[in-house]
Amino acid sequence: MIKIKAKDVDVFYGKKQALFNISLDIEENQVTALIGPSGCGKSTFLRCLNRMNDVIDICSVKGEILINDFNINDKSCDVVRLREKIGMVFQKPNPFPKTLYENVSYGPTIHGIAQSKQEMDEIVETSLKKAALWEEVKDRLHEPGTGLSGGQQQRLCIARAISVRPEVILMDEPCSALDPIATAQIEELIDELKKEHTIIIVTHSMAQAARVSQNTGFFHLGQLIEHGSTDKIFKNPDNKKTQDYITGRFG
Amino acid sequence: MNKNKEQLLNKRYKAEQRFRLYGQSAIFMALLFLTIFIFKIFSTGYSAFQKTWLIVPVTFDAELMMLEQNPSKEDIQDADYYDIALKSMADLDLNANEDQENELKRMVSYFFEKEIKNELLNDPSLIGKTKEVYLTASDDLDQVFKGNYPRDLPEDQRRVSDYQLKIFDQLVANSKVESKFNISFFTNADSREAELAGIASSFMGSIFSILVCLMIAFPVAVLAAIYLEEFAPKNRFTDFIEVNINNLAAVPSIVFGLLGLGVLLAIFQLPRSTPLVGGITLSLMTLPTIIIAARASLKAVPPSIREAALAMGASRMQTTMHHTVPLSMPGTLSGTIIGLAQALGETAPLILIGMVAFVNTIPGSPMDPAASLPVQIYIWAESAERGFVEKVSACIMVLLGFLITMNLFAQIIRHKFEKKWS
Repeated sequence: MIKIKAKDVDVFYGKKQALFNISLDIEENQVTALIGPSGCGKSTFLRCLNRMNDVIDICSVKGEILINDFNINDKSCDVVRLREKIGMVFQKPNPFPKTLYENVSYGPTIHGIAQSKQEMDEIVETSLKKAALWEEVKDRLHEPGTGLSGGQQQRLCIARAISVRPEVILMDEPCSALDPIATAQIEELIDELKKEHTIIIVTHSMAQAARVSQNTGFFHLGQLIEHGSTDKIFKNPDNKKTQDYITGRFG
Repeated sequence: MNKNKEQLLNKRYKAEQRFRLYGQSAIFMALLFLTIFIFKIFSTGYSAFQKTWLIVPVTFDAELMMLEQNPSKEDIQDADYYDIALKSMADLDLNANEDQENELKRMVSYFFEKEIKNELLNDPSLIGKTKEVYLTASDDLDQVFKGNYPRDLPEDQRRVSDYQLKIFDQLVANSKVESKFNISFFTNADSREAELAGIASSFMGSIFSILVCLMIAFPVAVLAAIYLEEFAPKNRFTDFIEVNINNLAAVPSIVFGLLGLGVLLAIFQLPRSTPLVGGITLSLMTLPTIIIAARASLKAVPPSIREAALAMGASRMQTTMHHTVPLSMPGTLSGTIIGLAQALGETAPLILIGMVAFVNTIPGSPMDPAASLPVQIYIWAESAERGFVEKVSACIMVLLGFLITMNLFAQIIRHKFEKKWS
């Protein structure tokens, strides 16, 4: 099933065009990896999917992005509700400088998801469990989230993202600031999360893309060069550039 | 080749040593000036916290006070104390002629009548008896006792006569002169008599001005800063506003005083010489300082926090109010306190709006006329009496204490509550 359908997406930063005619389908409950050299536009594309580019004054997005057959670039689209449905995890762990509990309960609070304190406690617990962090932090939920290690912080951010039960989770190089052990934990987590969420992950590490994703899209200089199943992209790419990038000849 | 390298290295080390030396001497100079300044102020000012009293026997003669037998409280209140006061002073030298009696009277403050009256009000049973009463010495004798008075000047160049000095020395010899902590310096309003002048009026005036200034400047500045930093589009118009806020911060304060005079007093007809007008004028001055501090601390909140909140589906308003503003508050508050401390030390604009007037009442609200501490310093520094010299320094000490406390507070807020971003 196709969850997200991007059609002819162009992105401009001022006069400079950053993305050219991107059309990409994203499968539901699978992990889609976006790979490519730095500055190729993969993060820009990711940020189109929850309209985070709105924050940047000079950025403008053209084209259609359909999520559940609804064009999120339409004027009638409410970004607050869109971002409730589409969670995001950033490159650098960015927990709020508040307690662990407040970090996870923030989303449910502003969206009015929990009706009672008890319900909120449950949401916090399940979110932290799903993010494989519960066992490590259950005794210090009211300590600041910034006191955790980098890997724990990133899992806290994932717990925060899934607390509102989003349909899609966007991950922008979630492991680039982490050590190999923390990376392995997050990758395991991604595998688990895809049962309930559609996941799109931007990554610099081709090995990671190969490990966690079912589909891969290769970006280069603002264009989507090739996309398809991860197996095909890594073993038998159609495009010469993809081949060169995969084998490490550039990038 | 190798030798060249050695030389170059030596040169670099020497340059570094020289640079350190320059830096150290600059710091030394700064500290030296500060020490001299503080030493000068303390050494002139500390004596103002002591006040000299003459202990004079007073006979509460009912006849002289025009009191009937068994007077009521009101009678004592309304009695005439001038004669017994005068008599007690005159009795210090039984051989005094009329001129000398007059001189004796001037050895204490004009307040002596009141002091004697208070004594009797406290203890009505004193009628008909004699008691030694503490009377405030005149400012010149106060200075004589503190050793600040040039006694060796020829008599016609002194305000204290030889006769007064003679009597005073007798009193000192009989230990009838005492120095006590000068409470009235803190509880009295300004006075033309140095021995009675206090900072209560100007202190309250300063407090009220600062409060008015805070209540106006803080909300306006914080809202302006939040809007400019978090909501306003970045375009030419907002750039223009930004430049002008910075310009406003550089406007000399006397210009704001003229503005207060021309607009607040002339057009809006607000009461002259009041902390209300002073506070509004100072708030104009403080506004840009707080805006700049608030914007800087909003800028210091990492964008990743905003992104995190926005990506969770928080609206822009929620992102700002739940995350950015609370995180920026320590910086904003310490900027505000520093802005207020600046306003507290401001003199020129207050002079223009009339807070330089002689105020001998303690203001009870921002609508009452008052002076302010720096203006008080200015007023006293202009006064000719020797007694005001130490008062100026003492007032500076109070003002500095106030400022240092505020700045310390700002530092504490900054260090204690400001988040460190890794």
